[in-house]
Amino acid sequence: MKKFKSIIYLMALLLFPMIAQAQFDGEFIKPRNGKFLLQNATLVTVTKGTIQNGSVLIANGKIEAVGQSIPAGDAEVIDCTGQFIYPGMFDGGSRLGLVEVNSLPETQDFAEIGQVTPNMRALVAVNPNSVAIPVTRVSGVTTTLATPSGGLFPGTAALINLNGYTADQMSAGFEGVILNFPTSARRSTWDRRSEEDVKRDADRAQKNLNDIWERATKYHEMKTAKAELQFYPEMDQLAKVIAGELPLLVEVNAAGDIEVAIKWIKEKGVKAILTGVAEGWRVADKIAESGLPVITGPMLSIPTRQSDRFDAAYTNPGKMAKAGVKVVIRSNDAENTRNLPFNAGFAAAYGMGKEEALKAVTINAAEVFGVADRMGSIEAGKDATLFVSSGDPFETKTQIAHVFIDGYRVPMSNRHIKLYQEFLERSPGLEK
Amino acid sequence: MKKLNSIIAAFLIMVWMPTMGQTQKGSVLIKNATVLTVTQGTLEDTDVLVENGIIKKIGKGLSANNVTIIDAKGKYVMPGIIDAHSHVALDAVNEATAPITSEVQMADVVDPYDIGLYRSLAGGVTISHAMHGSANAIGGQNITLKHRYGTFNPEDLFMKDAPRTIKFALGENPTRVHGRGKNIQPRTRMGVEAVIRNGFNEALQYKKVWETYNNALKQKDATPIPPKYDERLQTLVDILDGKVIIHCHSYRADEIYALINTCRDFGITNIVFSHVNEGFKVAPELAEYTMGASVFADWWAYKFEVYYSTAYNAAILTENNVITSINSDSGELIRHLYHEAAKTQRYGQLSDDQALALITINPAKQLGIADKVGSIEEGKQADLVIFEGHPLSVYAIPQMTFVDGVKYFDINDDQDDMRLRVSANETVEPIFLKEHDHNCMHGVDFFFNNFGRSLFQHSH
Repeated sequence: MKKFKSIIYLMALLLFPMIAQAQFDGEFIKPRNGKFLLQNATLVTVTKGTIQNGSVLIANGKIEAVGQSIPAGDAEVIDCTGQFIYPGMFDGGSRLGLVEVNSLPETQDFAEIGQVTPNMRALVAVNPNSVAIPVTRVSGVTTTLATPSGGLFPGTAALINLNGYTADQMSAGFEGVILNFPTSARRSTWDRRSEEDVKRDADRAQKNLNDIWERATKYHEMKTAKAELQFYPEMDQLAKVIAGELPLLVEVNAAGDIEVAIKWIKEKGVKAILTGVAEGWRVADKIAESGLPVITGPMLSIPTRQSDRFDAAYTNPGKMAKAGVKVVIRSNDAENTRNLPFNAGFAAAYGMGKEEALKAVTINAAEVFGVADRMGSIEAGKDATLFVSSGDPFETKTQIAHVFIDGYRVPMSNRHIKLYQEFLERSPGLEK
Repeated sequence: MKKLNSIIAAFLIMVWMPTMGQTQKGSVLIKNATVLTVTQGTLEDTDVLVENGIIKKIGKGLSANNVTIIDAKGKYVMPGIIDAHSHVALDAVNEATAPITSEVQMADVVDPYDIGLYRSLAGGVTISHAMHGSANAIGGQNITLKHRYGTFNPEDLFMKDAPRTIKFALGENPTRVHGRGKNIQPRTRMGVEAVIRNGFNEALQYKKVWETYNNALKQKDATPIPPKYDERLQTLVDILDGKVIIHCHSYRADEIYALINTCRDFGITNIVFSHVNEGFKVAPELAEYTMGASVFADWWAYKFEVYYSTAYNAAILTENNVITSINSDSGELIRHLYHEAAKTQRYGQLSDDQALALITINPAKQLGIADKVGSIEEGKQADLVIFEGHPLSVYAIPQMTFVDGVKYFDINDDQDDMRLRVSANETVEPIFLKEHDHNCMHGVDFFFNNFGRSLFQHSH
């Protein structure tokens, strides 16, 4: 009897792990790194032409080899016959990760209180677990400039890769201070100020900017002279711009403002990138002459003036590129940053051409952000941030098959896809 | 002399009279195009003959005298794009003063000068459903517009043979405006359902009062006192009588299902759900009991009630046999609905015909005008677009847009400034860096959105 009891006891013990362990259905697919060989694809390298029947070997987060016959060795082979490989696309300006639900202030982390807050760093507020990040990256957009907005100096933007669980894992290495350049335009169709008020406000804002800049310059001079300074985080951040450690991202859109901004940038001798530039086409030659690069977009927006041609925003990047400006494209979106390639497609159709538009979302962006040694094209030695697609990634119906970010193969899934899987054929259907 | 003058005047009036209320109709022969009929497949190398605003003949080797001939070799012709949810060409959008404002007419506030009309023509849109906003559970009556840009008379834009429609709205917008804004019902989705149900019940009572009166009138020597006329309730009666199609702004599956049930209780079948981001969750019900869903291609997360939605919505709805269309609700998006429709090929791999139906025959069905427009068929109104490149390609560029056979957009004859009216006291043209007109919450939103904090977001 005692023996019997202990047998039962033993059996119960054996059962225990099964009872204690919850039973989950399905498996969670995680991003996974390793050694991969992508075989037999058309490689659109961007910088070194197109390679037919090409292969890419990925190891240690890098592109180890690019060519036509690379031995697989111990790499996991992914057959890409009939498919294309492109470098990951950059979005030159987005709130992705800085906001979860646009209308809810609790989830808005892109606009701080205050007009002069350059020390507010987007990188620390990016939510690596935002639902919108996997939604975005399956489109082949792998890298975005997380951009604060709001006041005169709303903060410091950060280039992030769309894979990782901490700010440091996501950081792609570039940061830049944003300046919303004083504007002589109306803020929106809500803006009912008189023409005189608009002009007066613009002049005041310009003077205010110059005063702040002068103070920052003084601060920088004193700091360089090793003076003992009171803690002044805003000036400390601007001083880094004056010292050339951080570039200035100058948001400016109206044609007149662009000219003023170019003059101001030259006068201050600051390293700058123009952003927005909605009316760049009106002063394209002057921008080209300045040598300043431009981040512009979205193309899918209405013209800035009622008298403009319907396609003013579609043709803007093409006209600037033709004038000799280095152009990067942005979505200026958040949850729909995935529309970046479609913006590039419209730019391509309306004068920019496919090749130039592709550069605008890859190598041009990498160059402007100073990361072209690591990103922006398919070349051996660069980061393995790339994607495999059924065709031209700007074309609407193209399917993206695989995405790699820093050598991690990211799951081709997200909440939008999971809802599709759940509801395409709902169970129960109409009748239960 | 005086007599002669009056004869001339009378003659002029006689000549002018018949043209009143008549909109322009055109004739044209489009040759050698790839014709995307939408309902009858794709016809290669085909001609379309338009006479007096109507598609007269579709075939090969057609000829006609005294008609403009357009060689469209290598180009695509598709039916004019129809937007089932728009606020373009409206001076005002929301009468946000009561949860039910069914007496309001959008036909009273049509602005023929709106440059948005021309911009949408440049994107191939020939018909838009100009809607009341979404502030009220039962909003105003909408007006279906044909984009005959160039007229100064708002009535010339009306599609007079389109049935009446009305705007309803569920969820966050009516509860925010009335419940939280004014502390009156509805503040919840319970309240929205009750406001609509109460409205229909009140309308039934109103109908009965009038029926009693009308029956009493039939008695000999009767002198009944007529009941008070109420435009608000009479409109609701017209809905119950099936004379008005409901287009309901909605997002969440539960509120959609609740209104389906309300409609079933009152015997209403003429209902289309608009935006309907979570429509995919109740696709079988939408297919069974409604005139379908008019959705965004990929918008989500701009407010909480669209956080749990998917870009695969239109594809799921289509595959579940829901009549599905893609709408703009935006003066920007309306310009590239052909691209929005193509997104269902990225998200759900719909066929070309399925995707094109989303912006042509399906919205026509939802507006009750599918017998007149929405496909290229002999006998239908000649609303046509010629594209360079397949319209579902991101590289497609609309070339010409016709309404009733009249060309209103030609990319080769596109002037820089297409405004119909320029203010005389405008010394410098204003530059607007953001557009906030032409959406559902126009006119009320600003008071509810943190004064600028959310200005850069969608607000639909």
